[in-house]
Amino acid sequence: MMKRFLMALAFLIPAAAIAAGYSGPLDKANIDQSDKASLQSGAQIYMNYCLGCHSMEYQRYQRTFEDLDIPLDLGEEFLQFTGDSVGSHKFSSIDADASAEWFGLTPPDLTMVARVRGADWLYTYFRSFYVDDSRPFGVNNEVFENVGMPHVLQELQGVPRKTWERRLVDGEMKEVYVGIKSDGTGSMSDEEFDQAMLDLTNFLVYTGEPMILERQRMGMFVIGFLLILLILSILLKKEYWRDVK
Amino acid sequence: MSLMNWIDKRIPFSNSMKLHVTEYPAPKNFNFWYLMGSLAIVVLVNQIVTGIWLTMSYNPSAEGAFASVEYIMRDVEFGWLLRYMHSTGASAFFVVVYLHMFRGMMYGSYQKPRELLWIFGMLIFLVLMAEAFMGYLLPWGQMSYWGAQVIISLFSAIPIIGDDLTTWIRGDYVISGATLNRFFALHVIALPLVIVILVFLHLIALHEVGSNNPDGIDIKKPKGTVKPEDQAQYKFHPRYTDKYDIVDAIPFHPYYTVKDIVGLVGFLILCSLVIFYAPTMGGFFLEPPNFTAADPMKTPDHIAPVWYFTPFYAILRAVPDKLLGVIAMGGAIVVLALLPWLDRSKARSIRYRSTLHKVNLTQFVISFIILGYLGVMPATDLYTLIARICTVLYFGFFIFLFIYSKNEKIKPLPERLTK
Repeated sequence: MMKRFLMALAFLIPAAAIAAGYSGPLDKANIDQSDKASLQSGAQIYMNYCLGCHSMEYQRYQRTFEDLDIPLDLGEEFLQFTGDSVGSHKFSSIDADASAEWFGLTPPDLTMVARVRGADWLYTYFRSFYVDDSRPFGVNNEVFENVGMPHVLQELQGVPRKTWERRLVDGEMKEVYVGIKSDGTGSMSDEEFDQAMLDLTNFLVYTGEPMILERQRMGMFVIGFLLILLILSILLKKEYWRDVK
Repeated sequence: MSLMNWIDKRIPFSNSMKLHVTEYPAPKNFNFWYLMGSLAIVVLVNQIVTGIWLTMSYNPSAEGAFASVEYIMRDVEFGWLLRYMHSTGASAFFVVVYLHMFRGMMYGSYQKPRELLWIFGMLIFLVLMAEAFMGYLLPWGQMSYWGAQVIISLFSAIPIIGDDLTTWIRGDYVISGATLNRFFALHVIALPLVIVILVFLHLIALHEVGSNNPDGIDIKKPKGTVKPEDQAQYKFHPRYTDKYDIVDAIPFHPYYTVKDIVGLVGFLILCSLVIFYAPTMGGFFLEPPNFTAADPMKTPDHIAPVWYFTPFYAILRAVPDKLLGVIAMGGAIVVLALLPWLDRSKARSIRYRSTLHKVNLTQFVISFIILGYLGVMPATDLYTLIARICTVLYFGFFIFLFIYSKNEKIKPLPERLTK
C-alpha cells in the first residue's frame, strides 16, 4: 500500500526529469553566466577539443566573441581554426558521411545541447568517461552508456578508471566502488579538470540561449514597470468603484 | 463632435459603442473568475501580433524551419522576445480558457438561454486546440515531429478510410515538408481567421442574452415589475431598458474596464515571470527534446504532448482499444458541449446547488488535473489504472449530473444579486 502511495507520488515529477534517459544522480553544475572568464575558458576548450567534430551551426563566431568580451581580432587569431569569416556560423570541418561511418552516426550539433540535456547532465557527463576495453574507442561513459565518441579530453584529465577500495562495511572487509579516478597523467589536476568542465558547461548553457543575461535584465525593468502600473490601476479602480453599492 | 456626426451618419459607431461598451449592463458582482474572458482576448491579440512578426523571419520548409527559429532567437532584433511571448502566450491561452470554461461550469453559464453562447465557446476551444497543435509542428524539433506523428496517426483508427485519411492530412506517407507547409498555412491564416470570427459570434451571443454572474440570478426583470428606485441607477442602452427593468447592474465601461485592467496587469506580471525567467517552464511550455532538429529516423524515448492536451491524451491511452480510445477522447470534448442539455437543474450557480453537485464538480476537476499529470508520464501499469479510474470519473460527472439534476434539491434562490 505504502509502495503504491509512493509510486502515485512519483507522478508529481515534471516531464523534464524523465526526458534524459539516465536516471542516476547528477553532480550540480554551479555555473555563472556573468562570469566572462569562465565562459572564455569554456569557449577555448570547445573550439580546441569539440568543434573538430561537433558543429555549433546556429551560433556565429562574432556573436560569441562579442558576448564573451573577446576582441574580434584575438578571437579570429586564437579561437577560429576553419578559415571562415568571423560572421559565419561555427561549422566543424568533419565530413558528415565519413564521420557517420567512423562513429556510427554523425556527431550531433551541440549549439543547444544544454537545453536538451541540462547543465548538470553535461557537467557530470564530461567527468564520467572511464576505461572500458570492450568499447571501440577503449572508453565508456557512466551517464551516457556505450557513448560513440572517444575520450577527447584524456590529455587534460589523464586516464580515468573505475576504482574500488577495500573498506570495512558492517564488520566485513568489502570491495567498494568509489567512482572514477584519473591516473594523474593528464596536464590538469582533478580540481583544474573539474573547473574546466564547469567552464565548458557554462559555455554550452550560454550558446543554448545567448540572450539569457539580456532576457533576465530586461525582465526586471518590465516587471518593475508593471508593478508600478498595478498600483496605479488599483487606485484608479478604487476611485471609479467608490459609488458602486 | 461634427466628425463623430459625420461618421455616425455613415456607420453606427456611437450607437455600437453604447450598446456593447458604455451602456451595456453588466452584473455588479463579477469576481476573479470573470476576468478570464477579457484576458483571453488580450492573449489572442498577443498571439496574432507576435505571430505576424515571427512569420516575417520564419522559413516554412523542412530544410529551413528549425534553423530559422534559431535565427529568430539569435539574429533578429528582439526575436527571442517575440518567440517567448508567442510560446508563453500559447500556454497562457489554455490556462485562461480552461479557467473560463470552469467558471461557466461553476456558475451554470451554459444553462438556458446561453446554450448557443456555450456552443460557440466550445467551437473556439476546438479550433484553438487545432491551432495550437499545428503551431507546435512549425519549430520542426523532435517533439514537434513525433508529437504530430502520434496525433495524426490517431485518425488511422477510423475504420476503412483511416489510412487514406492520414495520408491526405499529411500530404505524404510520413510527416514531411508538405505537412509543414500546409500546417503553416492553416496556423497563420485559416484557423486564426476562424477563431476571430467565432470570438465575434461568442461576444454577439453574450451581449444578446446578457452576462451570467456568480449568483446565476437574472439582472433583467420583466418590464414594469421593478419600482424605479429599485432599478439600477445608471444609463443603459434603450435596447436593454425598452424590454426589461435592469437591477444590480453597472455599465461595462468604465467600471469593468478599469477592473479588468487591474487583472490584466497582474496577469502580465505572471506572464513576464515566465517569459523572462522561465521561458520553457521546466519543460512544460517548451519541451527539451524540441531543441533538437526533427529526425524522421530517430524516435524519442518518450513522446508527450504539450501540457494542455495531456488530459485528453491520458483518456485516449486509458482505453485499451485504439478506435474506442479515439472515440473516448473526442467524446470527452463533445460531452462538454452537451452540458446545457445534460444539466437540468433549476439553479445555475454552485452557490445554490446541492452538496452532491459540489462533490461531483470537485471530483471532476480533480480527475481532470490527475489526467493532465498522467498524460505527460509514461504509461506504466499503475498509471494506466489511475487513468482508467479518472476517465470513468470524468464521464461519470456528466452521467451523474444528468441523473440528479432533474430533481435536485436546491437552496432557495434570491430575487436579487447578493453581495
